[in-house]
Amino acid sequence: MSKCNGGKSADCGCNSETSTPVETARRWFLKSAAAFTTIALAPNVTLLAYAQEGGAQQPGQPRGEPVTAQKRWGLLIDLSKCAEGCEACVGACSRENGWKAEGHPRTDAQWIRKVNIKNRKSGVERSLPVMCQHCDSPPCVDVCPTGASFKRADGIVLVDKHICIGCRYCVMACPYQARSFIHEPVEDQKSYAPRGKGTVESCTLCVHRVDAGREPACVEACEAAGHKAMIFGDLNDPASEISQRIAQFPTHQIRADLRLDTGVRYQNL
Amino acid sequence: MKRVIYRELETEPGFWGPLVALVLLVGAGLGSAYYMEHHGHVVTGMDNRIVWGLPHVFAILLIVGASGALNVASVGSVFGIAAYKPMARLSALLAIALLAGGLAILVLDLGRPDRLVVAMTTFNFKSIFAWNVFLYTGFLAITVAYLYVMMERNLGGWTKPVGTLAFIWRLALTTGTGSIFGWLVARDAYNSAVMAPLFIALSLALGTAAFILITSWLLAADGRPFEESVVTRLGRLLGIFAAANLYFAGVQHISALYIAERVPVEDFLLVSGGIYPVLFWGGQVILGGLIPMALVFFAASRSTVLLASVLAIIGAAAQIYVIIIGGQAFPLSMFPGYDVSSNIFDGAIADYTPSLPEAALGLGGIAIALTAVLVAVRVLRILPLQLIGETDAADGNAGTQSSGSQKGRPAAA
Repeated sequence: MSKCNGGKSADCGCNSETSTPVETARRWFLKSAAAFTTIALAPNVTLLAYAQEGGAQQPGQPRGEPVTAQKRWGLLIDLSKCAEGCEACVGACSRENGWKAEGHPRTDAQWIRKVNIKNRKSGVERSLPVMCQHCDSPPCVDVCPTGASFKRADGIVLVDKHICIGCRYCVMACPYQARSFIHEPVEDQKSYAPRGKGTVESCTLCVHRVDAGREPACVEACEAAGHKAMIFGDLNDPASEISQRIAQFPTHQIRADLRLDTGVRYQNL
Repeated sequence: MKRVIYRELETEPGFWGPLVALVLLVGAGLGSAYYMEHHGHVVTGMDNRIVWGLPHVFAILLIVGASGALNVASVGSVFGIAAYKPMARLSALLAIALLAGGLAILVLDLGRPDRLVVAMTTFNFKSIFAWNVFLYTGFLAITVAYLYVMMERNLGGWTKPVGTLAFIWRLALTTGTGSIFGWLVARDAYNSAVMAPLFIALSLALGTAAFILITSWLLAADGRPFEESVVTRLGRLLGIFAAANLYFAGVQHISALYIAERVPVEDFLLVSGGIYPVLFWGGQVILGGLIPMALVFFAASRSTVLLASVLAIIGAAAQIYVIIIGGQAFPLSMFPGYDVSSNIFDGAIADYTPSLPEAALGLGGIAIALTAVLVAVRVLRILPLQLIGETDAADGNAGTQSSGSQKGRPAAA
């Protein structure tokens, strides 16, 4: 190939006056292809960079490695420490995961709520947070036609928003009223907690924090409020605080008769 | 042996008038679905407690009715009762059309109907919903094949085996539909194996009633005879099925009343639950069960059988409403022995007021089914020229004749 000499060579390839229409078209094609490739790949490269950055924050759970059944994440909630009227856990969950009241209490998402109970005979009252109980045999997972409801190996029950068709059969099946169907368009979503109108969602046990070696937002908020009513930990690790407490004190599973083996347990219920 | 002659629907005003009305209803249904889809389900009466509402009542009504509508064909092909064979083609067509209408409602009510392809390609085989995808599509395919072998003269020998397969499949289909509720372990109103046979009995009554009414409508539209003896014979069948439906409903509630933890929900549905006991006793038991039985067994005539059919459909709608809405309205029992309250109405009876878009979507589904029936009988030889008592058609096609333009010409053997 000859060198460019100011547009005097026919095959120099530069933008000279002597360029033929065919070459112009080819150049336009090559430029467009390069631009398209850049536009198509750049966001993915950026995402990969973010992902690698995120991975660097997780020494205990490097990205790319699958979660295993060696761990079974769970919560223990001590009702003797859970204050009536305190909604610190609810507020923290809402802020962390981006769900909020839209002014329609019957249709608004509610990943965690405070339930007040009063014994009809003794009059004893308790207040407790109720959320997805992260069952070992979750009915929501059994009934989901597409497999969008699924349980991770470490016991966290989640919804794959990409294949949820919004049939709401899981809402029918959940014994805990723990799932919400998104009835309205949603805004200001968190990147780690995607939400979408027409799909179902529920407590994720703050899986994004757990995978980063942190505790769920509700547990942190309960401690910050001075109650320390919630303990998060590995139910499979006999040395963990949650396992030791469960071994030491009687604890309760809601609807224990269903034998779902919930990951969320209650003390002093 | 008399030949049965089938011919396309010929009436002009009797076709175009209803067709225009039905297409308008279909349009309203589709418009409602778009409206719900655009704004989200917040514009409906459904919420996080009543997640399945009026569209599901219509959908289950049509799906259960579809399997029941095939009954007339099954009685002819599988059980060999000759008097039912002339009606078999319409029976199969109605089954296909009702199922299509019901499925259309279910799909259009999904939170993400655009993901239908996901529902059709990604399966969790532990879910009865996923099984139902195969049961529904299989039923459509088998019933289309059944209709084809009934209409194709050279395939007459296949009528009984394909009809038997369709009969077995329809039993499986309704078992699957009932099990959607029967396998919900968390809810006291459901969680019972009796839901499957209950739904089968319901389907037989509902489908037979729908068949009687639609056959009467189409034959009358063309001025074709529908002899009273045939009507009352179908009416007696409806009466037997209505009795079976009442029997299983009795088993459902009496066995639940024997279980202490279920007494509160039974009290709610049968006594104290406002609209639900009214619909149960007034709609399901009296209007939909006892009165139709009395009419068809003790005062059988064309008009009483038609009235019994209308009442049976109203009763079936009431029954499905009580099951679907009533079963959800009663709160989940999470803390037995405790009064429960929260900001999302734990422990409280859920209110539900159906919205206009839900009703329009449901009626749109019915309109889809009826449009399909009307167009099919217009272009295919499905409707017999007459249904008279002494008709003695041979099995399948051996003694039948489809006549197109040659009006009323007796068939050659």
